Amino acid sequence: MPYRLGVDVGGTFTDLLLIDEDSGATHRAKTPSTPDDPSRGVLSGIQKICEAARIEPSELAHVLHGTTVATNAVLEGKGARVGLLVTEGYGQVLQVARSFVPGGLAGWIIWPKPEPLAALEHTIEVPERVDARGDVLRALDEDALREGLRELKGRGVEALTVSFVNSFANAAHERRAAEICAEELPDLPVSLSSRVLPEIREYERTLTTVANSYVRPTVSRYVTNLEGELRARSIDARFNILRSDGGLMGTEVARDHPVTMLMSGPAGGVSGALWIAQQAGYDNLLTLDMGGTSTDVALVERGQPKVGRETTVGDLTVRASSVDVRTVGAGGGSIAHVPELTQALRVGPQSAGAEPGPAAYGQGGEAPTVTDANVVLGYLPPSLLGGEMTLDTEAAKAAVSQIADAMGLDLMHAAAGITDIVNENMFGALRLVSVQQGHDPREFALVAFGGAGPLHANALGQLMGSWPVIIPPSPGVLSAYGDATTVLRNEAARTFIRRFGETSDEVVHAALVELADEASQALAAEREQPEHIRYQVDVRYHGQGFELPVDVALAQFEDHGLDAIRQTFDDEHTRLFTFALDAEHELVNLRAIVEGRQTSVHPEHIPQGREDPSGARIGTTPIWVEGGEREAALYDRAGLQARNRIAGPAIVTEMDSTTLILPDCVGEIDIHGNILIRPAQA
Amino acid sequence: MAQIIEPNPREFATVEVDPVTIDIIENALRNARYEMDAVLFRTAMSPGIREQHDEFPIIADRKGRMVVGQFGSFIRGFLDTYKDTVEEGDVFLTSDPYSCDAAISHANDWLVLVPVFLDGALVGWAAMFGHMTDVGGKVPGSLPTDATSIYEEGVVVPPFKLYRRGELNDEGLRLILRQVRMKEWNRSDLNAIVAACRTAARRVTELCRRFGTETYLSTLDALLERNRRAMAQLIKTTVSEEKLTFTDYICDDGRGHGPYKIHCTMWREGEKVVLDFEGTDPQAEGSINFYLNENMFKMFFGIYMIMVFDPQILWNDGFYPLIDVRIPEGSLLKPRYPAALSCRTHGLGRIFDVLGGLLGQRQPEFLNAAGFSSSPHLMYSGYDANGEWYQLYQIGFGGIPGRPFGDGPDGHSLWPSFTNVPNEFLEAYFPLVIDKYETVPDSGGPGLHRGGNGIEIAYRFLEPGEISIHDDRWFTYPWGVNGGLPGGRSRKVLVRADGTTEVLPSKCDHVRVEPDDVLHYITWGGGGWGDPYERDPELVAKEVDRGLVTREGGRRYGVVLDDDLGVDVGATEKLRAQLREQRGEPAVFDFGPPIEELRARCLEETGLPAPEPPVFSRGGA
Repeated sequence: MPYRLGVDVGGTFTDLLLIDEDSGATHRAKTPSTPDDPSRGVLSGIQKICEAARIEPSELAHVLHGTTVATNAVLEGKGARVGLLVTEGYGQVLQVARSFVPGGLAGWIIWPKPEPLAALEHTIEVPERVDARGDVLRALDEDALREGLRELKGRGVEALTVSFVNSFANAAHERRAAEICAEELPDLPVSLSSRVLPEIREYERTLTTVANSYVRPTVSRYVTNLEGELRARSIDARFNILRSDGGLMGTEVARDHPVTMLMSGPAGGVSGALWIAQQAGYDNLLTLDMGGTSTDVALVERGQPKVGRETTVGDLTVRASSVDVRTVGAGGGSIAHVPELTQALRVGPQSAGAEPGPAAYGQGGEAPTVTDANVVLGYLPPSLLGGEMTLDTEAAKAAVSQIADAMGLDLMHAAAGITDIVNENMFGALRLVSVQQGHDPREFALVAFGGAGPLHANALGQLMGSWPVIIPPSPGVLSAYGDATTVLRNEAARTFIRRFGETSDEVVHAALVELADEASQALAAEREQPEHIRYQVDVRYHGQGFELPVDVALAQFEDHGLDAIRQTFDDEHTRLFTFALDAEHELVNLRAIVEGRQTSVHPEHIPQGREDPSGARIGTTPIWVEGGEREAALYDRAGLQARNRIAGPAIVTEMDSTTLILPDCVGEIDIHGNILIRPAQA
Repeated sequence: MAQIIEPNPREFATVEVDPVTIDIIENALRNARYEMDAVLFRTAMSPGIREQHDEFPIIADRKGRMVVGQFGSFIRGFLDTYKDTVEEGDVFLTSDPYSCDAAISHANDWLVLVPVFLDGALVGWAAMFGHMTDVGGKVPGSLPTDATSIYEEGVVVPPFKLYRRGELNDEGLRLILRQVRMKEWNRSDLNAIVAACRTAARRVTELCRRFGTETYLSTLDALLERNRRAMAQLIKTTVSEEKLTFTDYICDDGRGHGPYKIHCTMWREGEKVVLDFEGTDPQAEGSINFYLNENMFKMFFGIYMIMVFDPQILWNDGFYPLIDVRIPEGSLLKPRYPAALSCRTHGLGRIFDVLGGLLGQRQPEFLNAAGFSSSPHLMYSGYDANGEWYQLYQIGFGGIPGRPFGDGPDGHSLWPSFTNVPNEFLEAYFPLVIDKYETVPDSGGPGLHRGGNGIEIAYRFLEPGEISIHDDRWFTYPWGVNGGLPGGRSRKVLVRADGTTEVLPSKCDHVRVEPDDVLHYITWGGGGWGDPYERDPELVAKEVDRGLVTREGGRRYGVVLDDDLGVDVGATEKLRAQLREQRGEPAVFDFGPPIEELRARCLEETGLPAPEPPVFSRGGA
């Protein structure tokens, strides 16, 4: 009997979802995460869920895993000490970066000087050179390289990166350098820029490859441990890891190319949100994952999450495909403040974090946070579900009154101001992924999760005009759903800069087919056949610096060739930027994406009821909304049944989140337990 | 005076707006301004705009007052002088500094203005200017060092309707593009600027619809007032009634004369601050004149004042009435028509050093060192082996000054949003190879906080062609403050294929280059901040290990290193004591040697003859 297991390691909890692939039945489990060695939490979770499902761990056929282990290494600055080998004359490529200083005019006055991800004292310059066409201008000086490596040996370097100028055009020197590295420093993993990112732009390619090296030992150790422990428990399951772009990869690839899993966690969330929304009948959606310090948003169009060519984690932005998740520093813990000089109300990006947390948590926090504003407004009732967690309303009021005093407002207006501003910040992020990419948000549903998402989602639905607002049940297990339901995916890409007039339909066709073969090999190694192959080319007008990805249907390409691409590109350019140019088109990158088989998972059903939700009603509570006090009905989510309709204003509580339904809106419960919020007159 | 045609004119009443709505609209305007940038960068073609981001957007209210942006309002000046109508669908283009009150300061900057209409009434403006790689004239890149009038500096476009009621004036555009060398770049960059302005216009109308036009416009008033209030407070507490002065220099004019003096006096009169440039040198005969718009300078002043206190604020015109900028007619900063203006970049950069030097004097703890020297340019052009014309315009960067906040970054840009061009890009599209791209050790001025290092770029040319160079701070030093020492000066050395070496002037045109000639383009470093003898010796040792400071350079911090680059503690203490003794109490500013001494040692130190003191005539050509 095949069992499929999704595992999501979050900051606090490790969530697991077990699927019986024959019956579609699911089991869930939750265990505390073990940040010092996350594999322990995973293993105890597996133990727990198998016991609950009464199966032997050895019956698991497929383990699918989303992890933030790479992300955390970056965020906490705990990656490897990276030795960097560059072309002579380019030793400071990371030091100078793109010379960019953020913050506008005079921003340099307060911008901190960043430290490069590979230190200058761990960088060696190697005499060698190829030109932009790939011709060798200067042979690789192997003796000088060996000498440099010997010097690095004494400096405690833990991983190596080789990034030579123009290696995207000719990788021979990088490959030879890798051989020499293996001879001189045999224990160190070597990442080559021509493998990790064979694309033009030396800084971005070097940084991305260094980032790969930076997380590689940590990821490698983790994956190897976990795999070893699984095998030791005679679990012979296929083991895959979720990549930033929402696909899956094998452990070998994960160990070699961990830079592709920096967004593994958020990608799981988006995949899970998509899966849930599809059950509810929606496949155009915006996702909103609001946590304590920040909010992640993304856009899914016709069932496909938008995938961008960049990954950003904290201050680090690398060129690696990832679900286009934008992060904004707005969360429940975001601190509100009023600069004395301008008397403006600012919320975030500073956060009270987990320690001391919002004032309402009673752990010594005094700064006014978004959560405190929600408490003052009555959206978070002081005692939830049997008093498991109590909130200090007085402390929240004291904190928010600091803002009220500074702005000359009363308490309620100040609290409402804080939530309005934080909603506006999230609205800005949602616009980035929708309006600014030429999408009309009114054609998208909004799926909200994360601890604080369901409280703010209804307001954001109003701002965006995105309906329905979907609040899935137990938001925590969403990512594990995403992990369990994604497909194996691999992509192969090549930089191929040619004006359309300089190449032919045949050449491009042959290259695409070749890339598909290359990408399929990795799937074969994972014992899976490619079910689905997609092609993509990056195109721009000759002379532009940015390209747009254009999907290519091979059959259509066979009929119409580059002409079809030209038309699609012009349309896309017009949609995004309001105009097309009468200029020559240019190919930049070619890409093939292969995917394995889709798993069918049957979602759970909840009991059917009638429209009247009073069975779940547990009381009323006063809230401040739309400029006045209202009595809101209070519901226990566990008691809700399918078809129940909840009229706002109302608050729905469950163990790990609270949903606010605004006046003139109605929340309808579907068969899977989702709350679908819509305007009452629509 | 422009005549604004509104089919449905409306009186917009001032309404009460709650403070939170004000903050929300402020935030939305900020997003709209960044969206303008994003649209431009993604669609422009010249490396100067699409990679380096040499462009400046604004959004203004219906009276033309800037509500978001960084370069101040010039729309009023345009409206006052423009003779035709302003209608829905119009898009204006100008590149004439003399007919827009110096909203743009040389003909390379093309300025696009778009009036924003909603339901037949004017509700605002969007505008943006960007630097065109070429606008014709006597030298590729259109920045002729030897020009003595604007007539030599390429096509000059007076304010003109590029679109009239939505209809492109194709004939006019063709007439303009016929004058330039790289017309496809101009055409697509212009398209991109128009698209960016239209994006902003759409966001403005969306905000009007969402909040109501009266609320939107009243909010803009409130935002303007918020700036005015904040600035009044700052001026009262930080600017004294006592007159403070500061002087800095443009090293030369590229014609053998220099340095040119920029002198400014600042004082407070009641709630107003006066910035008076009396004492600045008269206009130059050549093209280094910087025609400075008073409002633009007010904006720079405001941004420098507020940055530290509320970096999230949206700069706007609200505080303009509090600042009185006085620039003498016929001076370097307000030359008379038709003076040449193209090479104004040095003056533009230098007024930021002047501003910093003025503002910091009363509170040296907030004072930054110098380094905002200019944005040095390199042009390289000619015909390649296939007979195709190539033309490169590239902006370089130097060291960020040492700051109260910390060390200055190495080889970074002081201009907002500017970036370098990937060298692989240059090599793919131009006949050259970049042999070296590294910062210059010791070029950052020593200090408790080190100034950023300048950069050395070694360009190996592969085709015969011509280069032009525009740089400064080769003669005077980027000064240090509070005990920090000056940063290193800039230098340009051309090593010919046969090994002979020439030192090139900081400003020059028509320098012939042949295959395998290598140009070493070396920029200035930032000045140091604070006492270098207080800098952690271990940090100095680490920077020596990193190659950012040399072992010998470490001694300028009073740090002595042993053979393994460890700090020799005893020797360091001794050297520091000795150096402190020699120096005494440090002055607030360290400008390096006086001008006369620089002149005397110029040839020996720089390889170039000293500039002659400027001679001033009465006007332009």
